[in-house]
Amino acid sequence: MTAELWDAAAEVTDPEMPMLTLADLGVLRSVSQDDGRITATITPTYAGCPALDAMADDLRSRLGAFGEVEVKVSLTPPWTTDLISDEGRRKLAEAGVAPPAHIGPRSTGPVPLTLAAPPKRVDCPRCGSADTEELSRFGPTACTALRRCRACSEPFEHMKDI
Amino acid sequence: MNASHDNVYDALGESDHEGRWAYGAGFDETVVEVTAPAPEGVDRADLAAYCLMLADDALVASQRLSEWATHAPELEEEVALANIALDLLGQARVLLSRAGHLGAAERFRTPGLAAGLSDEDVLAYFRDDRSFRNVTLAEMDLGDFGRTMAWILVYSSWRLALMTTLRGSADPVLAAVAGKAVPELAYQREYAAGWVVRLGDGTAESHARMQAGLDDVWPFVTELFLAHPVETRLVEAGVAVDPASLQAAVDADLAQVLPVATLTEPTRPAVGLVGGRGGRDGVHTEALGKVLAVMQSLARAHPDATW
Repeated sequence: MTAELWDAAAEVTDPEMPMLTLADLGVLRSVSQDDGRITATITPTYAGCPALDAMADDLRSRLGAFGEVEVKVSLTPPWTTDLISDEGRRKLAEAGVAPPAHIGPRSTGPVPLTLAAPPKRVDCPRCGSADTEELSRFGPTACTALRRCRACSEPFEHMKDI
Repeated sequence: MNASHDNVYDALGESDHEGRWAYGAGFDETVVEVTAPAPEGVDRADLAAYCLMLADDALVASQRLSEWATHAPELEEEVALANIALDLLGQARVLLSRAGHLGAAERFRTPGLAAGLSDEDVLAYFRDDRSFRNVTLAEMDLGDFGRTMAWILVYSSWRLALMTTLRGSADPVLAAVAGKAVPELAYQREYAAGWVVRLGDGTAESHARMQAGLDDVWPFVTELFLAHPVETRLVEAGVAVDPASLQAAVDADLAQVLPVATLTEPTRPAVGLVGGRGGRDGVHTEALGKVLAVMQSLARAHPDATW
């Protein structure tokens, strides 16, 4: 039964990136059932992510068929783009959003400021060229930045590595 | 099925949401970390006061940044400033809920307030300026874009250093908030540093305004490194970060950015504390009252309204 619940919850899509399911995005932490009561736990991508409430609503709606649903939010461990599945990365690229790079384990020490950081390589999700430039560090959703491809001239969104 | 899925406007009339004014459901009900007990041996009132300090730093700064909506020089920068405001609001909401869980909201629950109002809403909308505990840097008038970039650089550098250490806090909520805040603040600091360099090392006009902006921010920097007695006690308990320990990190960031931006470190004296009391004691500049008037007036005029 729990597997069935997980599968149902995992199908719910992100309200701002509907090409991704909550499982693809790595924000679905657990689904459990105790005495008929279902508890789904999610984690926010960004601390102020305004989509969290819509995710919770969608989860309650999807799991409502199985029983009474409570959605909880857990902040630890913090979400990182490394939690986006390979399937999720493929879907992002397919939808024209350049997927984030893998960051690996996060340092627990101070984060140095690097003014002259080498330009990041982000391939164009449309033509595949590596010759792209950043247009804006912040995009239409908290998780994306805006870039442009110099080869095919198309603008595109990039899911920031965080 | 939830009615809000059939018609988006139906959701506006729903009255079963815990949070009436905040944009989501009440965090104190849903975030699992918020309801954790205070770490053993830690004074509850002290911990609540510390959460309120860090929450107010973020809430007031977020409100200031959101003033840029529809006023920023370019659409991209408007989106950037709104995103930074949103990140800070996210930190503030969890911290306010934690402070509320530890009892900080009770004395602000006047008889006229709806019983269902969440702790975070009571603390954000129904406290007067003397009850706010943010550093005065957070409340300063931003106005100019260059001043705003200097402000974000100093603020994010300071808060990043704080959150970096706070990840090891004995309080699970502070550690959790810090864990999320570190990469976000590092990203904000990089954004602001880029603009400070671009404007400082730009035209004569942009250079002059960038330097003036940095000069305007400077008097509020000293207060960032002063420890309040609550902080000092909680440092000993392994919960809080000593503000004095953050100065080296901020100095290092500025020492890296200012020469590249062709800016000079300002010499303006610090704004004086009043009888040794500053923002952490509820003694604020005139600017905070105006910020709160904008932020709180709607909620106070319609305390029973729901979103």
